[in-house]
Amino acid sequence: MTDFINQLAFGWYPYLAVTVLVVGSVLRFDANQYSWRSQSSQFLRRRQMVLGSNLFHMGIIILFFGHLVGLLTPINVFHTLGIGHGFKQTAALVVGGIAGVAAFVGCTLLLHRRLFDERVRRSSSVGDILVLVLIWLQLVLGIATTYWTLQHLDGSEMVRFMSWANGVLTLDPAAPGEIRDVALVYKLHIVLGLTLFVITPFTRLVHIWSAPIWFLLRPGYQIVRSRRSDKPVYARTKGPAGVAPSYGGTTVLRQQVESGEAGA
Amino acid sequence: MKVRAQIAMVLNLDKCIGCHTCSITCKNVWTNREGVEYVWFNNVETKPGIGYPKDWENQERWKGGWVRSKNGKIVPRQGAKWRILSKIFANPHLPEIDDFYEPYTFEYEWLQSAPELQAQPTARPRSLVTGELLNKIEWSGNWEDMLGGEFEKRSHDYNFEGVQKEIYGHFEKTFMMYLPRLCEHCLNPSCLASCPSGAIYKRAEDGIVLIDQEKCRGWRMCVSGCPYKKIYYNWVSGKSEKCIFCYPRIETGQPTVCSETCVGRIRYLGVVLYDADKIEAAASVEDPKDLYPAQLSVFLNPHDVAVQEAARAEGIPDQWLEAAMLSPVYKMAMEWKIAFPLHPEYRTLPMVWYVPPLSPIQSAAEAGKISAKDGMPDVRSLRIPLRYLANLLTAGDEEPIAAALERMLAMRSYMRAKSVEGRIDEAIPERVGLDRATIEEMYKIMALAAYEDRYVIPTARREIDEDAYVLRGSSGFGFRENTLGSTKVNLFGGGARKAPRDPRMDVPT
Repeated sequence: MTDFINQLAFGWYPYLAVTVLVVGSVLRFDANQYSWRSQSSQFLRRRQMVLGSNLFHMGIIILFFGHLVGLLTPINVFHTLGIGHGFKQTAALVVGGIAGVAAFVGCTLLLHRRLFDERVRRSSSVGDILVLVLIWLQLVLGIATTYWTLQHLDGSEMVRFMSWANGVLTLDPAAPGEIRDVALVYKLHIVLGLTLFVITPFTRLVHIWSAPIWFLLRPGYQIVRSRRSDKPVYARTKGPAGVAPSYGGTTVLRQQVESGEAGA
Repeated sequence: MKVRAQIAMVLNLDKCIGCHTCSITCKNVWTNREGVEYVWFNNVETKPGIGYPKDWENQERWKGGWVRSKNGKIVPRQGAKWRILSKIFANPHLPEIDDFYEPYTFEYEWLQSAPELQAQPTARPRSLVTGELLNKIEWSGNWEDMLGGEFEKRSHDYNFEGVQKEIYGHFEKTFMMYLPRLCEHCLNPSCLASCPSGAIYKRAEDGIVLIDQEKCRGWRMCVSGCPYKKIYYNWVSGKSEKCIFCYPRIETGQPTVCSETCVGRIRYLGVVLYDADKIEAAASVEDPKDLYPAQLSVFLNPHDVAVQEAARAEGIPDQWLEAAMLSPVYKMAMEWKIAFPLHPEYRTLPMVWYVPPLSPIQSAAEAGKISAKDGMPDVRSLRIPLRYLANLLTAGDEEPIAAALERMLAMRSYMRAKSVEGRIDEAIPERVGLDRATIEEMYKIMALAAYEDRYVIPTARREIDEDAYVLRGSSGFGFRENTLGSTKVNLFGGGARKAPRDPRMDVPT
């Protein structure tokens, strides 16, 4: 039975979670971009937001990329670079610990505000509250793991997780076995993390995909759209042959005509 | 020269009676939805006052508009792109809903459904955000209407800069004017520049600035980026919204709702041609007082044949060029120089301009002492201080405002001489640098203000810009066969395979 649960949680659930995350996000983006936003509540209540949101987001971003690089990088890469597991473990503990505490403080402020500020509470959906509660729990679990990690500063425990993540990534059926015997807190942390993947397409968390780093690459500041297309038109009629112009609906037709963008 | 056209607006403040009809009709058409109860795409402020949202003109606080850096380039006041991104988690310059006001309604239903009570039933106010009872309504969209509230609070008006404001607190000395405000549809919009998603854009055909609601991700940098605070965050949809200049009406040649319903006939709509290549230089001039003349230099003379040729090369239809020649906006801004941009010092090159209001001479006792020619008092003796108007419209330069007020006074005395005394006095227009024909045209457009003189709006030539043939038979309906999103990929099968098409194939009938 334990083997089955282990297989379910760490052998199959990761694939389910990532599939839901990716496919769900693509479908939502494709079908309903109007619902795709960060849903900030700063406009309703500024208090606790400036400190809370900054701490939370900075911390989470560091944690996210820390986990991503730490877990998914092939173990051999660290061997080749000559980075010892003990060193990596300590570095992860220090950086992750600081970011984790920052994110935890921020998340606590945000959660407090969301639950106890009348305005924010009343304008929150179930998803808005659920997301914060789950992330708060995840941070608690994550910080709790440091107690166990401190007993394995040689990095042996960490190597197991790396092997598991590498194994999942490379479709190795033996992957779940790698973490069969780790402490329960780690397992809960992983399962909850994968659950956050699952709920992402259905909540405001989709705004993560839209981190507007492209803003830095925008030429100049201004954007001008023209209905007049710059492309040469051979046949005057666009759209598929023999099909009524309802093809694509009004939204697509509108977007087709508005898609010509040029810098000012 | 890169010619573009814009439908611009002028508001003749001299005729505004502050009735709020524009605000109400706009609200009923565009912002009576959840999440935008507090939003007035168009609002009318009584000046002096701190306005809506509170203190909106204080850019030290809100960081709207642009600043000119030492190297002569302009950057948004909230910072260059990387600085804007660094503020994305919590925008320190974002106003709170209370800076506008907490929207509310009243329990009117209770007045009808209350059982027999000891006391009269009352319609208590409830918040539209929380649904809770509000103890006391503290602020609203036009709290300072007709100089409401004490002078002490209103005196924080930014436009008092350089004015001895204390004396205007006295009842005998006080002054007021109305300022209807809407999105300026700027040539150099700083809301657009601040949008990390690239959702805001300016339309090349008519200059209207819009927010792509599908692309907006609610990073809310535009709200602080706009110095006029005319971008509003819809806290329900999580998207920003703004005045759309009633583009569905404008495209069909109808005036905006606020213009159409203006009982004072103060609004004018017309085409202005501008040179898009000159925008950046004009917005970057060093002295803020030069921004008004710099913006004038961006506008192009529609009577100039070279301009017309360049415009046609850009695909601007002849109908639009004709409208540009008849444009009341061009006449008021460029030919008569009586309309001015609102706060040009923000460097956004706004396209909703204002004719400054005349006001009574300061006091009856002083009237006799004032040198008045043909019944025209010195504009510096008018109740509304010139400096105040200059702070509002020309970054503090009083000369253009004085000249405009003199021309408006001259128009009055000329017409008075003509219609009351029955004489044509050519000296009056000459004194203000106009001729008889011009001043009579001014009278026709500004005083008589016939509908067709106020609104010269060419229709959008969609039949040129897009292929109407594909649109035939659609009647505006779609069947959701394909995606609604912008990816244009149908994830659910894509329908039946279509015959491959060669560009030389004829259009099927």
